Amino acid sequence: MNNLGVIFKRELGSYFATPLAYIFIVIFLVLSALFTFDLGGFYTAGQADLNAFFSFHSWLYLFLVPALAMRLWAEERKSGTIELLMTLPVSRVDMVLGKFLAAWVFVGIALLLTFPIVITVNYLGNPDNGAIFTGYIGSWLLAGGYLAIGSCMSAATKNQVIAFILSVVVCFIFIAAGIPMVLDFFSTWAPQWLVDAIASFSFQVRFSALSHGVLELRDLLYFLSLMAGWLFATAIVIDLKKAD
Amino acid sequence: MISINSLTKRFGEHVAVDNLSFDVKPGEVLGFLGPNGAGKSTTMKMLTGFLTPDGGSASVCGFDVQSQILQAQQQMGYLPEGAPCYGDMRVKGFLEFIAAIRGFSGAEKHKRVARAVEQVELQSVLGQRIETLSKGFKRRVGLAQAILHDPQVLILDEPTDGLDPNQKHHVRHLIQQLAEGSNKIVVISTHILEEVSAVCSRAVIIGHGRLLADGTPEELEARSRYHQAVTLTLSQSVDAVDTQALQQLPGVLAVESQRDGQQLTVLAKPGEVIFPAVGQLAREQQWQVAELSVERGRLDDVFRGLTSGEAA
Repeated sequence: MNNLGVIFKRELGSYFATPLAYIFIVIFLVLSALFTFDLGGFYTAGQADLNAFFSFHSWLYLFLVPALAMRLWAEERKSGTIELLMTLPVSRVDMVLGKFLAAWVFVGIALLLTFPIVITVNYLGNPDNGAIFTGYIGSWLLAGGYLAIGSCMSAATKNQVIAFILSVVVCFIFIAAGIPMVLDFFSTWAPQWLVDAIASFSFQVRFSALSHGVLELRDLLYFLSLMAGWLFATAIVIDLKKAD
Repeated sequence: MISINSLTKRFGEHVAVDNLSFDVKPGEVLGFLGPNGAGKSTTMKMLTGFLTPDGGSASVCGFDVQSQILQAQQQMGYLPEGAPCYGDMRVKGFLEFIAAIRGFSGAEKHKRVARAVEQVELQSVLGQRIETLSKGFKRRVGLAQAILHDPQVLILDEPTDGLDPNQKHHVRHLIQQLAEGSNKIVVISTHILEEVSAVCSRAVIIGHGRLLADGTPEELEARSRYHQAVTLTLSQSVDAVDTQALQQLPGVLAVESQRDGQQLTVLAKPGEVIFPAVGQLAREQQWQVAELSVERGRLDDVFRGLTSGEAA
C-alpha cells in the first residue's frame, strides 16, 4: 500500500513536469466553457442549474481523456522504463492503481478548476448546489470510466497514437449504447431485456441521472465496477504484453 | 545465492534460453558471456521477474522468482540493458523515487540517495532532467538506482556498453569496489572479454541459450590454444630464424609467424611449459630478440571457439 502512494506521487508529478498538464487543463476549460455557453445555451435556457455544463461532458471526455490515458503504459513500454518499474518490488495492483489514480486525480483537478461556473450560476440565480455537487461527482466518475478503458488500451500497445484511437473507439461504444438511435435499432428486433441491458451499459444513461443530481447506489456501483473491471484487464494485458 | 535450474524461455518457435542451470555463490562476481542473442538478457530478465520462465525455476537468496518475486526483488538491484530511466524526472527526484519504492523515508532516504550519488559521482548533475544527460551519466543514474538499497545481489546487463574508455574504467572500478570483501553477488552480462578478466572471479559462457563453459577466467584462458604460448618479437626478419629448430623443441605444437614477419608465436602442447626451452634456444642461436613473453591464453579465442562451434 505504501508503494501505491509512491507511484501515485511520481505519476502525478510527471504530468506537471511537462507542458502536458497545462495544455490539457487549458483545452478542457476552454472547451467546457464553449460547450456550456454556446452549444448548451446556458444563458438562454434561463435556468439556474448546470445541465448545460454537464450534458456535454461525455463527449468532451471522449477525446480529452484518451489523450491523457494513452501515455500511461505505452510510454513506459516505448522508453523501456517498464522493465525498471516491473523489476522494482512493486505489486501489480500498486502499479496499475497508482497510475490510474494519479490520472484520475489529475482530471479531478481540471474539473475543480471549472469552479467559476458554479460561482456564476450562484450569482445569477438560486441553483440546487447539492445537485451541482452530485453532477461533479458523476462527471468525475465518468472520467474514471474513460480513464480505466484508456489505461487498458495503453497497456496493449507501445504506440500512443494507436492507444488513443483504440480508447476513443471503445469509449464511443460505451456512449453509443445509450443513444436513442442505437437503441431504436436494437428495439426493432431484439427482445426488450437485451435493449435494457445495452442501455444499462451506457455511460450516457448512467451519467445523465447523476448530472441531474440523482445519486443512486447502482449508478455509483456501475462506474466503480466498470473501473475495477478495466483496471483488472489492464493488469492482465501488461503481464501478457510487457516484453513485446 | 542465486540458483538456476533448467530455466527455459521460448519466444514463439525460438528457444531463447534452453534448459540453463547454474548457481552463483555469495562473494562471486560472475561474468555472463555470450554473443548477441545468446540469451543473456533473457536470463537476467527472468531472474529479476520481468519475464516469466516457460520451464524450470530460479531463486534469488532463497526466494523463488515466480512465487515470491517481490521478496526476491527486494534483495536485488538491477540495471536493465540501456539503463532506462524516467527521462522527464530530475536525477535527484528519480533517485528519491527509487529510494521511496525501496522503503526508505525521511533522513534515511536522503542518506541513501546521497551515498549512491557519491559512489557513482553524480553530484554535478543532480538537478538536471535525465533526458538531457549524456550516455555515461544516464548509465551512472541507472547504476545509482541499482545500488541504492545496498542489495545482496546486483544484476547488471551490459553496464559498460557504449561508454568511453574512461567511463568503462570507472564503472569497472565501481563494480570491484562493490564486490570487494563483501558477501554480495554481482552478475554482469557483457560481450567485452577484457572486462571479464578485469573484474570477474568467474565466467559463464552461453550460446543459443545453453551453457557452454563455466570456470574462472584463468581456467577458461587455459582452454585457449594460446595458453602457455611464447611470443618472440624480433628485431630482425623471421626468415633469419630457424623455425625448424623451434618446431623440434619438446612440447612445441606449432609455430606461427605474424605481423610483418617480425613476430613468432610458438604454441605449446596442452599442459606443457615451453618458455625456458624457447628462451634457451634463442640465446644459443643468437637471435636478436626484442621481446619474449608467455601468453596466459586468449579469452576471445576461447569465446569464439565455443560460440561459433570451432575448436578453441
